[in-house]
Amino acid sequence: MNVDLFFNYLVIGLTVGAQYAIVAIGFNIIYNTTGIINFAQGDFLILGAMVAISMSSILPIGIAIGVGVLVAAVYGAVVENVFIRRNRSFSPFRSVCIGIIAALLLKTLGIFSFLPEGIDFAAAFLFGLPVGFGLETVFRKYMKEQTVLSLIVLTIAVSILTREIMSHLWDKDAHVLPYFIGDSNTILSLGSISFSPQRIWVLGICALLVIGLYVFFKYTRYGKAMRACSLDHTAAKLCGINVRLMITISFIVSAAIAALAGSVISPLSQTKYDMGSVLAIKGFSVAILGGLGNSFAAVAGGLILGILEAFSVSIFPNAYKDVVAILLLLLILVFKPSGVFGSRQASQLKEF
Amino acid sequence: MNIRQYLPAAVFLGALVAVQLVISLTGAAFYFTQITMSFYYTIVVIGLCLLMGYAGQISLGHAGFFSIGAYMQAMLTTHDFSSIIHSSWDEVFKNVSQIFGTVEWYELIPEKIGAILGIPVKLFVGLGDIFGMFVPGTDGFGNGILSYAPSAALFISLLTAIGIACLIGLPVLRLKGHYLAMATLGFGIIISTIVFGTKLFGEADGISRVPAFHLVGPLSINGGMADRTVNYYIAGIILFIVLIVSMHIVASRVGRALRAIHGNEQAAGSLGINAMRYKLGVFVLSALFAAIAGVFLVHYNGSIGTSETSVLKSVRYVSIVAAGGMDSIWGVVAMSMGLNFVSLRGYFGSFDEIFFALILVVTMLFLPRGLFRKEYLEVVIKKTRRLTRRMVLKRKLEKKGIVFANKKKDDEK
Repeated sequence: MNVDLFFNYLVIGLTVGAQYAIVAIGFNIIYNTTGIINFAQGDFLILGAMVAISMSSILPIGIAIGVGVLVAAVYGAVVENVFIRRNRSFSPFRSVCIGIIAALLLKTLGIFSFLPEGIDFAAAFLFGLPVGFGLETVFRKYMKEQTVLSLIVLTIAVSILTREIMSHLWDKDAHVLPYFIGDSNTILSLGSISFSPQRIWVLGICALLVIGLYVFFKYTRYGKAMRACSLDHTAAKLCGINVRLMITISFIVSAAIAALAGSVISPLSQTKYDMGSVLAIKGFSVAILGGLGNSFAAVAGGLILGILEAFSVSIFPNAYKDVVAILLLLLILVFKPSGVFGSRQASQLKEF
Repeated sequence: MNIRQYLPAAVFLGALVAVQLVISLTGAAFYFTQITMSFYYTIVVIGLCLLMGYAGQISLGHAGFFSIGAYMQAMLTTHDFSSIIHSSWDEVFKNVSQIFGTVEWYELIPEKIGAILGIPVKLFVGLGDIFGMFVPGTDGFGNGILSYAPSAALFISLLTAIGIACLIGLPVLRLKGHYLAMATLGFGIIISTIVFGTKLFGEADGISRVPAFHLVGPLSINGGMADRTVNYYIAGIILFIVLIVSMHIVASRVGRALRAIHGNEQAAGSLGINAMRYKLGVFVLSALFAAIAGVFLVHYNGSIGTSETSVLKSVRYVSIVAAGGMDSIWGVVAMSMGLNFVSLRGYFGSFDEIFFALILVVTMLFLPRGLFRKEYLEVVIKKTRRLTRRMVLKRKLEKKGIVFANKKKDDEK
């Protein structure tokens, strides 16, 4: 392997790794506030990118991505409200959330498929929202306390629901967002290394995201409140922090950043409805590599995994690419579950 | 185990015969195919039920064990081993390195891989030849091939599954919660990726033309029209044996130990239960069940495809166990037979996965003890009885001229 090739692999690894890092940060944000590993994290990313791709045909690309991020954020909030939260009093907001899920399911199952395209979507929502208000009572009265085991299974089910909804709302093909600058043939040359300018976009936006999150958690009111929740729910409550709101915000934030990362990388790696689960397990490997809950170690972990994967292609067949990440996950889990950058004492204190 | 506990087993055997009679008499013999397949899938689900419901250890990789059994069996009974048996060492090295997937890799390091894997493969195959494990057959082009007899392949496949389960289980079962779920999920994805990337396992095409598995006399496991009823009974009896074994395990000291581990591992440890040993044992047993199902199903179907290895299949098994009530073998069996049959008949169309995901959501959110249980029926009976009693009482009082002041409020209740 010569030096040029080495740097090419490095750039590819960094861009892919940035995506993993963002998914891992999403895992960490939710894990910190709730103790849940949200398995649907990868699907949030795909959902955001899919919406952005559909919108990009009628809107300028920046706004299309904005819409994608918005939809993913709303979907994150909906998922949290419907599947995670346990409410004992009537909440209209939750009813709307349940209604949205019901409407999506109605549309997916094709109940209104006899109506023309577009109208059936409206009909699903018209019918779904009242159903949501009815179902809210069922959720309020009969929803059971969740254990760790059931929450894992639940988020996996949500992930499958999401991907199946996506496969029916769109299709099972791979889609791409147009390149931000130029097209797939545009090449940026740096000495003897050449790569697509899109890779700069990916790295730049992911770096901005990480910096933005750092500022958010360090200096803003909500960021501080969310950090307080990650330390102790009861103490945070006693300080007057609305813990439930913080949990919702954590889902919104992690869905939004995932959607943004997914949109930026879509021109390079394509977007397909079923890519979410592999992304989720890779993101989890990265989160573990950095120590679960430690967002900034996750960045390092993501880049490491991305580079490892990029170089693995030069040794192993391309088909075995995913095995690298998962083998890494298994090795870390077996030998150092607290993560390479995590402290063993801290992880022993955690419940799971 | 007292005699009453065998009652469900007797009912199961009775139902087996009754269903066969009904189907044969109504002439709807095509249902046998899906029922037989459901029997095999149910074996996987029972293993998972022992692991999840009783020992409390989640596994999202059971499709992996199923496919280890199925793919090993399919490969061993269809691959042509004559070149390995008869050729020189050099050629063996070349052949062995070639079976591992794509050409680029083969060109990169042929000698090393060939030498590392070639020697044990040649020795193993040679040993098999000495014991007469090979039978001649034909491939898709009518050429003569020499591959493992199904019965020999059965042992190799099951031993492989057991070995891999031990290897995976030993480190992984030390983990808990999210980590265990993710690790087993990772294992499932690894198996799926390997199958996809390896020429030996047919890559994306899967393996077809798996020969029939001749048991004793006229009994053979195959997908032929003529043997449909026989195969229905073979699958039913295999499931029955697995059921009896599981029931005995559950009712024995081992079962109690597993439940103790489920309740609290530390507490179980303080009672002298070696948690790791029991967890590993039940993990390997459930992997073995999955592999058994895979081995027989691949003979019944005559082929195997990559969809069997997908994560979605693992999640489907989990959702069936959850819907069946986790720690109730009979509930799980009933649920598995019903759901698998409906799904295999294709009643769900393209909504198959969404349906199983919905079942999982509903079970987890509202009915963590399973979709159908005796308790629910009892609650309903109790409520209706109370309601009717109250109405009768009210009518009696009304006859005597006593009217409730808060009549409206009472009605609302």
